[in-house]
Amino acid sequence: MHMADALISPLVGGTMWVVTAGVAAYSMKKIKNDMDEKKIPLMGVMGAFIFAAQMINFTIPGTGSSGHLGGGMLLAILLGPYAGFLTMASVLFIQALFFADGGFLAYGCNVFNLGFFTCFVAYPFIYKWFTRKGYSKKSIMTASMISALIGLQLGAFSVVIETLLSGKTELPFGTFVLLMQPIHLGIGVVEGLVTAAIVSFIWQARPEIIEKSASGDALGSVSIKRVLTTLAIAVLIVGSSLSWFASANPDGLEWSMMKTAGIAELEAPDGIHKTLSSFQSETAFLPGYGFKSAENEPEESTGSEEAWPAVSVGTSVSGLVGSASTLILAALTGLIISMYKRRSSTRNIEA
Amino acid sequence: MANIMNSLYDMRLLDDLARKETFIHRLHPMVKLVITIVYLIAVVSFDRYEIGALLSFLFYPVLVFAFAELPIASILKRVLLIEPFIIGIGILNPFFDHQLIVIGGITISRGWVTFLSLFIKCGLTVTAALLLIATTGMDRLAGALRMLKIPRLFVLQLLLTYRYISVLMEEVARTLRAYSLRAPAQQGIHRSVWGSLAGQLILRTFERAQRVYQAMCLRGFTGEYLTGVNEKIKTLDVAYLVAWILFFAVARIYNIPMLIGLLITGVIK
Repeated sequence: MHMADALISPLVGGTMWVVTAGVAAYSMKKIKNDMDEKKIPLMGVMGAFIFAAQMINFTIPGTGSSGHLGGGMLLAILLGPYAGFLTMASVLFIQALFFADGGFLAYGCNVFNLGFFTCFVAYPFIYKWFTRKGYSKKSIMTASMISALIGLQLGAFSVVIETLLSGKTELPFGTFVLLMQPIHLGIGVVEGLVTAAIVSFIWQARPEIIEKSASGDALGSVSIKRVLTTLAIAVLIVGSSLSWFASANPDGLEWSMMKTAGIAELEAPDGIHKTLSSFQSETAFLPGYGFKSAENEPEESTGSEEAWPAVSVGTSVSGLVGSASTLILAALTGLIISMYKRRSSTRNIEA
Repeated sequence: MANIMNSLYDMRLLDDLARKETFIHRLHPMVKLVITIVYLIAVVSFDRYEIGALLSFLFYPVLVFAFAELPIASILKRVLLIEPFIIGIGILNPFFDHQLIVIGGITISRGWVTFLSLFIKCGLTVTAALLLIATTGMDRLAGALRMLKIPRLFVLQLLLTYRYISVLMEEVARTLRAYSLRAPAQQGIHRSVWGSLAGQLILRTFERAQRVYQAMCLRGFTGEYLTGVNEKIKTLDVAYLVAWILFFAVARIYNIPMLIGLLITGVIK
């Protein structure tokens, strides 16, 4: 579920960074106002706990395999949505840096997919709804189970949307959804069961932890409406301004078409007008970031894609030769520097 | 079990690497952070059919590896661990994009081009992120985040999480070892103790957090995480930053491998 940088376009990555930063800033403001600073070490240590707990194998009965905990919902339940969101954000930051688990540009997307849907959608709307009549073992079990499941499903759907908007994969929307949702249904059931087991254990042992964080006394109650409206406005402003910028400065697909057309100009003067006009129609509405549905394929291939075969054999050979020499050059540079460094360090030791 | 100890080892390896004293390590953390971000954006902004021009971005990791004297094998191993996920998503490209293209006399489906491009991008971006932490370290990176006006509360929380990961990982590893000794020939944690095993760990974590906070207060904690280092950006840092950004810009705008290729084939003709 952690998205890598290679799957993200700068536009999508940037928008999600800004959105996530907005939610994080709001959460921080809330915590500062409503929470005592005792919670800061608790958030830190809980983050470290989630990190370690993700490595526990929970045997799934009857299957012989085992599952892991994601922990987003657990954090929301134990720390409340604001602190839970921030803790998830720092866990993901360290995972991205040290384990390359999720990319740096995709960090905004990952925090949003794993933190926002659990803390600000599943927690207030599902967990709270199931526990509204007070706590019992049964209500806690159902509440944690269903909210964890739905939180994960929303996150998985969001991964699909973000990947498709980035336009890095050829998977049609339907196939991708059919691939992602059932897989995450399985993962979500395990996540839900484990979360439910842990929360109900803690409720039996130390009920005040669960009740305090949910009542909002310690952490302030969630005014979800405000979060959601601010968020929607932020997405609109950032997304539209960035995409305007993206189409004003041809990027991605458009950029390559312009470039290939430029190279092909000498050999195929007829092709360029067609390419440029199709290029113009392509830039009309976020072409590089649009959904690629199976039905549009043949239509597209008649117009815009003509730029592709237009590349002559001669230039593609030069491209291959050049790529190979670049690789060799890069490897040689590295080797020479390391050899030089090693020699100078042994010389230092000898001296 | 093996998994958890491996992760712990991995983190400590990066910590150790970050403590080296090379020219790259001594650079200001913010410079390295900014270069990494620009690099990632530049690599990711290439369209999905690009392969040739991407290769010039290989120079950045190669030079950092060489100058920072980092072990290539142990970092590349991790990059390869991430690739299967990308392969999983990208391997279907050849099946969805049948358009044929001719490269150097060989006809292939365009899907393979996008797949290869995705694979290279993944390798480059993952390597760049790992190189950042392996040459900077968490404390100095947190300092850079503070300079970039990331709120104190978040940075503090991030550092605490990082500081306690090794402690809690060891605790979890001990708990799992105790469990496996008492429940031999079991693959994981049995369903009957899911709640109590993880729940006990959480309760202990809460108590630990309380002790940590009390200890911090006794030592004069006022809400600021002090590292005692106040780094200034030097001329060398600025030069390093400008040099890389210029290179990234040139490599992004011009297809350098193509130019080299045209030069070579032109000379041969």
